[in-house]
Amino acid sequence: MTAATQSNEPPKLDNIAEFFAQALAIEVEATERYNLLADQMEVHNNREIAAIFRKMAMIEGEHRNEIARRAGDALVAGRPASFSWIGPDGPEAIDCDDVHYLMTPHRALMLARFNEERAVRYFEAIAAAATDPQIAAFAAEMAAEERDHVVWVDQWLEQIAPDEPGWDEDPDPPVHSE
Amino acid sequence: MRSPSDTSLSIVFTGSGGAGVMTAGQILLDAATNCGLYGFMTRSTGPQIRGGEAAAMIRLSSKPVQSPGDRFDILLALDFENLQRFADELPLDSASLIIADPAAGEMPGFLKNSAAAVGLVPMSKLAKGVKGGRIAMVGLGILARLIGLPETAIVAAVAASIGRKKPEALAASEAAVLLGANAAPDVAIPKLPLPGKPKEGRWSITGNEATGFGALKAGVKFVAGYPITPATEILEWMAHALPQCGGVLLQAEDELASINMIMGASYGGAPSLTATAGPGLSLMIESLGLAVASEIPLVVVDVMRSGPSTGIATKSEQSDLNIAVYGLHGDAPHIVTAPLSVGDCLLTAQWSVHLAETFQTPVIMLSDQSLGHARVVIDRPEEIVFQTKRLAPEAPIAGYERYAQTDSGISAMAIPGFPGGQYTADGLTHNARGTPSSQAKDHVGQLDKRQRKLNASDFAAHWAEIDGDGELAVLTWGSTSEPLREAVAVARAAGIKVKLIALRLIAPVQPTLLAAALAGVKRILVIEQNHTGQFWRYLRAYYDLPAEVISIHCPGPLPIRPGEAFAHIQRGARA
Amino acid sequence: MNMIPNAAKAFTPAEYKSAVKPVWCPGCGDHSVLISFQRALAQLALPPEQVAIVSGIGCSSRIPAYTNCYGFHGVHGRSLALASGLKVARPDLTVLVASGDGDGFSIGGNHFLHACRRNIDLTYVVMDNRIYGMTKGQPSPTTEPDWDTAISPGGTGLSPFNPLVIALASGANFIARGFSGDIAGCAKLIVEAVQTPGFSFVQILSPCVTFREDQQKGWKNVVHTAIVPETDDPARAARRLMTDDGFNTGVLYRGNRAPYQPLPLAHFDPSHLETEFAK
Repeated sequence: MTAATQSNEPPKLDNIAEFFAQALAIEVEATERYNLLADQMEVHNNREIAAIFRKMAMIEGEHRNEIARRAGDALVAGRPASFSWIGPDGPEAIDCDDVHYLMTPHRALMLARFNEERAVRYFEAIAAAATDPQIAAFAAEMAAEERDHVVWVDQWLEQIAPDEPGWDEDPDPPVHSE
Repeated sequence: MRSPSDTSLSIVFTGSGGAGVMTAGQILLDAATNCGLYGFMTRSTGPQIRGGEAAAMIRLSSKPVQSPGDRFDILLALDFENLQRFADELPLDSASLIIADPAAGEMPGFLKNSAAAVGLVPMSKLAKGVKGGRIAMVGLGILARLIGLPETAIVAAVAASIGRKKPEALAASEAAVLLGANAAPDVAIPKLPLPGKPKEGRWSITGNEATGFGALKAGVKFVAGYPITPATEILEWMAHALPQCGGVLLQAEDELASINMIMGASYGGAPSLTATAGPGLSLMIESLGLAVASEIPLVVVDVMRSGPSTGIATKSEQSDLNIAVYGLHGDAPHIVTAPLSVGDCLLTAQWSVHLAETFQTPVIMLSDQSLGHARVVIDRPEEIVFQTKRLAPEAPIAGYERYAQTDSGISAMAIPGFPGGQYTADGLTHNARGTPSSQAKDHVGQLDKRQRKLNASDFAAHWAEIDGDGELAVLTWGSTSEPLREAVAVARAAGIKVKLIALRLIAPVQPTLLAAALAGVKRILVIEQNHTGQFWRYLRAYYDLPAEVISIHCPGPLPIRPGEAFAHIQRGARA
Repeated sequence: MNMIPNAAKAFTPAEYKSAVKPVWCPGCGDHSVLISFQRALAQLALPPEQVAIVSGIGCSSRIPAYTNCYGFHGVHGRSLALASGLKVARPDLTVLVASGDGDGFSIGGNHFLHACRRNIDLTYVVMDNRIYGMTKGQPSPTTEPDWDTAISPGGTGLSPFNPLVIALASGANFIARGFSGDIAGCAKLIVEAVQTPGFSFVQILSPCVTFREDQQKGWKNVVHTAIVPETDDPARAARRLMTDDGFNTGVLYRGNRAPYQPLPLAHFDPSHLETEFAK
């Protein structure tokens, strides 16, 4: 997992609108990322993992809707002035480099779990550093919700067999496509 | 339907996502080879570099076979992922058998509509029952049992493929193969006779490998090339083989560099070659003109793919004839050859180098993806030796004229280091000495010389393969020859007298030889794999053809099959 | 650097992505580069129809079809020439060029020199994975000399090409390096490259998970932000780039050359030229 290339520092948030913009962006990015990875898996005929990533995308999508609902009037006219489309990478989005065309359900869920945990720590850090009590409260709520996600992934993991050795072996060599 | 005269079995093995279909196909072919069968294998893949859907098509026979058949007897699908992609390439009918895994889900429409019988075998479940068991091995076991190959042959082939590296994997494979064999449905599939390992050697070789080997046999010592699908394997094979024969291969920065590097090496005396595909040949065209004008031997292998432009890199077509023949600016006659089968790539490459050295001119060899990437199991080809000699001055001549007018048109070519032979090779129009000249007599004189040297009769031995007799003739070139050979055999068995003329030499034209070949022919079917009938129009431009000519031309990406060619012959024989 | 969109419309990164699903191998760095493109374009608030992405041939060159911008998937190695013509004919467009190390530095080498020299306002992103991926694994000009391949057994034995030094020597006005795994970092570089007038060159190290996994999966631990700040002094930049370890990321050179800017195309009646011939 390339945590090294992803910023661990939560951004400086001056008001509640910025907090919600940030929280929303994280969920949107996580949703898009899971869908992107599901697409990749589909193109590479790994239907099982594609289905797992689609499910995760759906969960994140629901979370996103929930945040938007809660944000309500706090998010006026889209985004606050300081919002940046560039990033850093959201703590919940899986790194594109960490997937493999033959990846197993176990690996996929471990990946999801890792990123949900990062989201927990991220919001806990915001809650701890926030001077605005409203932000602190919302951040703590978000952290709790992400912790629920971790539990939920853990329950899913219990039903999944661990990796067999040789899971990434492909007898066929790479082929030309062009 | 299965033709009664068909002594082959066609099997297609499909799967995706690391199932190992292509390796399994190779194992099946190897096992069959060791039982004395001949074989022909091609592959199709999706656009993914790994994990994509793949199909290995294997045709086995007790007689030599170098063409795809008309249909598949068995399709074994490890899964159905994106199998639809190959629908047009997998002809099946009511005599076919589909083996599928019930866990794979719903069968794609084209399989359901094929009327083929279906045998369901829980292959993935069986594989999971063996520690380290692979579904492809189960599939191989099923196929072996169905077609009558002993499982031991499969296991031996698996061992040769992986055994050395991992003995546990071998044990697992063996178990999986056996499970598969025992789970094979009890269906009547024609069994091939197993001749047993032959006394004389057989070869398992691809068209690209055969091309490289032929070039080496002819004495090529320098290769420069740039990777391009579907030619790259020629360069990669020669990269390790050429140094073993005292040669050198350079990976060039592009095709412009490739053609000029080999020209430079050839100017220095080394027989040289490059390999590319349509887009690369287009880049080389200007410099090919230089090789023509300065009379420098070289060979460019064009492994044709579907065009135009980037086209479909992994599919075959015969659509570079025009550029090979007409592409150079100015009047620049040169030589164009085309191998007639996978095995014939060896002879044609060898002959092409011989022609280049003999006539001091570029030769464009029009191979294609259907030959380059196909693997055949054939009898060891007979050894043919060309007494290749690049005409060189024997002793220093005062006032040496590199481009002296000779009866044959071929003049002695001094190579650097030969005292007294100094000259400057030039694309500028030049006189006999090689000095640039804009004089009419020099321009015409040198054009005449270069044309005259190609008017030789040295092409007779290999310019075409001609077979049979009749008032009806099938006229073709290059890779379509083998499917047409089969079609002609079926036609003859049906009582149709038909002659097959397959050209290995496209340029220079051979009107006398073709006229002789067409004596008594009243109707010609010109059959080729491109959209505009390039070969047909070329024939019309340069040859007098007897009364009736019917052009049958169809572009890639699908292969031309013997059955559809037979239908054309039948129609051609009527009316 | 954030951009407060002045345009009436702001775009989300998702709006720059087409419905075509990439065929790149899962784990390929190019997936991340695509996201960087999307984020950069959103940050720049450029309407997708005002952006053209021109590419050559290779895995990286597939990127135009995966975006919702205008695209041109050209022939091998000629993307810069295509893009130069487009930008001169249409200076109003934002033209990005995408290539790989093979397409861009081997067959495209000559055009690279002259694009830097010409300094047309283009942004050239080369996804460098030190290999020819699409043709199944031949060395490229940036491959290490000892890397064994079928076509170069034992390695090429040739020093790798140093594209940043070449770009500087040829006149590029903006030179940067990124690592695909740092999506935000690459997006930022692309934004700055687009905003800097003239020829902007961004080399993005983008690991090949299929052919170079063993050598390149460690790249994420090796790349590092350049300690020395960017410079506008070519001599100082030359020294830095010649001693660079190949893994410094960030803007390494930002010059002051005015971009090549012919007058925009317009229509004037050519009839008056008759006077040159009239007797």
